[in-house]
Amino acid sequence: MSSTGDLIHVVSHEDITQRRARLGRILIRGSFLVLLLTVTAQALQALGFWDLGFENWQPTLITYVAWCICLCVGQVLIRGEQGKRILFVLPAALFVVSLTVIPLLLGIAIAFADWNLSSPTGPKFAGLGNIERMLSDPFYWNALTNMVWYCLAVLVEYAVAFGLALLLSAQIRARRFFRVAFLLPLMLSPVAVSWMIGKSMLEFRFGPVAQLARALGWENPAFFASPELAKVTMMVLDAWIFIPFMMIMLLAGLQALPQEVIEAARVDGASAWQTFRKVIFPLMLPVSLTAIIVRIIFKLKLADIVITITSGGPGGATDTVTSFIFREYRDRSNVGYGTLLAIFYLLVIVIGLTLLMRGLSRWMRPYS
Amino acid sequence: MTAAVFRDHESDLAYRARWWTSRAVIYGVLILWAIICIFPIYWTITTSFKAAPDVMQGHLIPFVDYQPQWLGWRSLGLSPDTIGAFSTVRDQFLSRFTNTAIVAFSASGLAVLLGSLTGYGLSRFGYQFGYMKNSDISFFFISQLILPPVVLALPFLVLYKQLALLDTHIGLILIYTLAVLPIVVWIMRDQFMSIPTELEEAALVDGLGVWGAFARIILPIALPGMIAAFVLSLVLTWNEYFFASLLTSTATITLPVMVASQTGSQGISWWTMAAISFAAILPLIVVGVLLERFIIRGMSAGSGK
Repeated sequence: MSSTGDLIHVVSHEDITQRRARLGRILIRGSFLVLLLTVTAQALQALGFWDLGFENWQPTLITYVAWCICLCVGQVLIRGEQGKRILFVLPAALFVVSLTVIPLLLGIAIAFADWNLSSPTGPKFAGLGNIERMLSDPFYWNALTNMVWYCLAVLVEYAVAFGLALLLSAQIRARRFFRVAFLLPLMLSPVAVSWMIGKSMLEFRFGPVAQLARALGWENPAFFASPELAKVTMMVLDAWIFIPFMMIMLLAGLQALPQEVIEAARVDGASAWQTFRKVIFPLMLPVSLTAIIVRIIFKLKLADIVITITSGGPGGATDTVTSFIFREYRDRSNVGYGTLLAIFYLLVIVIGLTLLMRGLSRWMRPYS
Repeated sequence: MTAAVFRDHESDLAYRARWWTSRAVIYGVLILWAIICIFPIYWTITTSFKAAPDVMQGHLIPFVDYQPQWLGWRSLGLSPDTIGAFSTVRDQFLSRFTNTAIVAFSASGLAVLLGSLTGYGLSRFGYQFGYMKNSDISFFFISQLILPPVVLALPFLVLYKQLALLDTHIGLILIYTLAVLPIVVWIMRDQFMSIPTELEEAALVDGLGVWGAFARIILPIALPGMIAAFVLSLVLTWNEYFFASLLTSTATITLPVMVASQTGSQGISWWTMAAISFAAILPLIVVGVLLERFIIRGMSAGSGK
């Protein structure tokens, strides 16, 4: 624990007695020992050495939580003032580590198993079987390719959102009304939206959108019949939900722009388009990139509207990785294969996003 | 009478015409998009009052096109004539509604609590956990956003089965808190960084401890940011479907799962579906209209600075 970078300096005159520090250490080590003993006892029962009457692993969970609390309290006992500072970050850190690192490690273990959750036999070691199956699974690769298309659709969403943000930042009346109205799609539950729009408004026979399309001269408005059209419809629907999100980020960026620069451009005789192209757009580049990247991150989680409207169809055209794994689990309750697919997806995402951000930062600052 | 001495010049008239067209275009686009945003909600409300022929003929305006009836709401047990009577559907709906409220409020509250503490700590003190310094710790928290839910879903299913946490409120609350925590940390760190440290220095001189200064001086100032983070978390957790559908089965089913399970069944009537969907989205429409300021504040954290 170093104190470099502290913005608040506290000169404390407390001296931590030997007994207090020892108490703290005993607390941490003692609770850890209890945790260890519980885990061992439960593991022995799980392996069939003896029967202690545990019905589930909840005792381990309780001792684990107790250990975490003792760890936090112990910090204050041992380190005093510094411990109180650690206490700001430690609970959340323990929370996140417990709920991501442990499941991720477990996930890696499960990924190499053949484990049908609904069968009583439990996990079987599958070795590289799952990986071989993944490599030859056309539907999974299809879902991954779909994700690329879905992510490219973000650029169109960005253009629309930027346009709306520009309109909202113009001199208009009833600005609050428009802002609330534009924000509403984001508030609605995607599952409800998938019924409201996907299943009823786009309904082939009497949905209002289908009727509008007929009135405009489109003979056969079947939005989910052909693979290409279904994919586009899905993108539009997802865009409808999430455009407000990008719009607000961009609006905040627009409102923080230095007005002097824009006025200077106008004084120099730039037209509206020139002002936008040469001044506003370049200044907005950092905010734009943040908005696009955050939106891509959300897009990569796209699942609920796909699951509820098309469940991936027709022929996997609208499938996302998440909805595919969801169906894979629902149909076969095979945890092992689904987890391997998910972990591979995570690897692809992490590598892809890292490369994207590297590339972008190099492009933004080529000489540093 | 002579002709007016002062007259608008030709170029001024052209300018004015251009101004009017630009106004017309701006408002035209704004109104068009507002209709695109609001029409589905309008459609859902009106459909919940339609009978079968009205649905088939695509009637749009109540009282003009068709006579509204309480069909959809009667099947939910929420129409005026059924509200007093016993209704299993209504009880079921209310239990889903309570589940969603319990889970969403607890998860958002827990996330705001943990996230505020973390955000404050990271904005004020220099930490070093192992080789991780402040920027690494911040990145650690915020990068959790990248983690797609599907990666955690199946391991959580296995873990929860062993821990007997499947189909419990606590199970869902834990995972929802985890899901929104990165956003809360992001917003709160931004919020605390905008508060000058002189305030705490004054408080410390006056004899408060670090935690006292945080609780009594800084928290009240950071309240708008906390509300923003809370409302945003509430929206995300209220609407969450993926985890809820995997980790709940009977007792703790949430509204999105209920809506989705109805969509699957073919026999369900349009007016009932419309009524359920509308009842599910209504609370958040209210939240959106009333607390729009905070939602916008939450989403603009980090941009434009």
